[in-house]
Amino acid sequence: MLIYRPQLASVLSITHRASGVFLTLGMLLFAYWLLSAAAGPAAYEQARALLGSPLGLLALLAWSLALFYHLCNGVRHLFWDAGYGLDMDAANLSGLIVIAASLVLTAVTWLAAFGLGNGA
Amino acid sequence: MRLRTPLARARGVGSAKEGTGHWWAQRLTSLALVPLSLWFAASLLAIVGADHASAVQWLQSPLRATLLMLLIAIAFHHGQLGMQVVIEDYVAHEGVMVAAIILVKFLALLLSVACILAVLRIAVGM
Repeated sequence: MLIYRPQLASVLSITHRASGVFLTLGMLLFAYWLLSAAAGPAAYEQARALLGSPLGLLALLAWSLALFYHLCNGVRHLFWDAGYGLDMDAANLSGLIVIAASLVLTAVTWLAAFGLGNGA
Repeated sequence: MRLRTPLARARGVGSAKEGTGHWWAQRLTSLALVPLSLWFAASLLAIVGADHASAVQWLQSPLRATLLMLLIAIAFHHGQLGMQVVIEDYVAHEGVMVAAIILVKFLALLLSVACILAVLRIAVGM
């Protein structure tokens, strides 16, 4: 597989899988946060401190980017499943749209998060 | 020559007569996750950095608790379906592959039940 020159379609395709696996692993973090909230204020504060730490924020940033990418590219896949946009030009264009959209959505989300002033 | 198999012909066939079941479940859950995950991402912005009391208060709305439980069930299901395909494709040893798939499926079910119970506990304050 590694002898092929990476192309937009193949890179986006493997990124879809990688982001999916990453998102699934991130669900463990989500489960931890939710179970902490149910356990009570002390456990919740611990989870909040962990997620609000630089490492926690970095993980959340990566997770949000993976989520928006997987979401946008997933919609692209659904259009393909329905039989639309399968030719080369359309697939390349939608690939670029997916990259742009996931970056914009991630940026807007984090600007909004810090703009709301709660300081995570 | 058309290389794509018409969906109508693939339904209910295959050695297990399962046909397109896995494929269809993956698509259906992904469709449901589009609005649910966008809602959740937007909601997180509202409770980002909130203390325990406000997070609990946020979840004590029946609509939010319902949507969150749907999100949990569907996201874990979608996640384990995807992990299954990835494991099937990249784990060469069959015994390890089957064991990994079983582990992922059991873990996904365990975590989704635990998460749904957590939502219920918060929502009804138990």
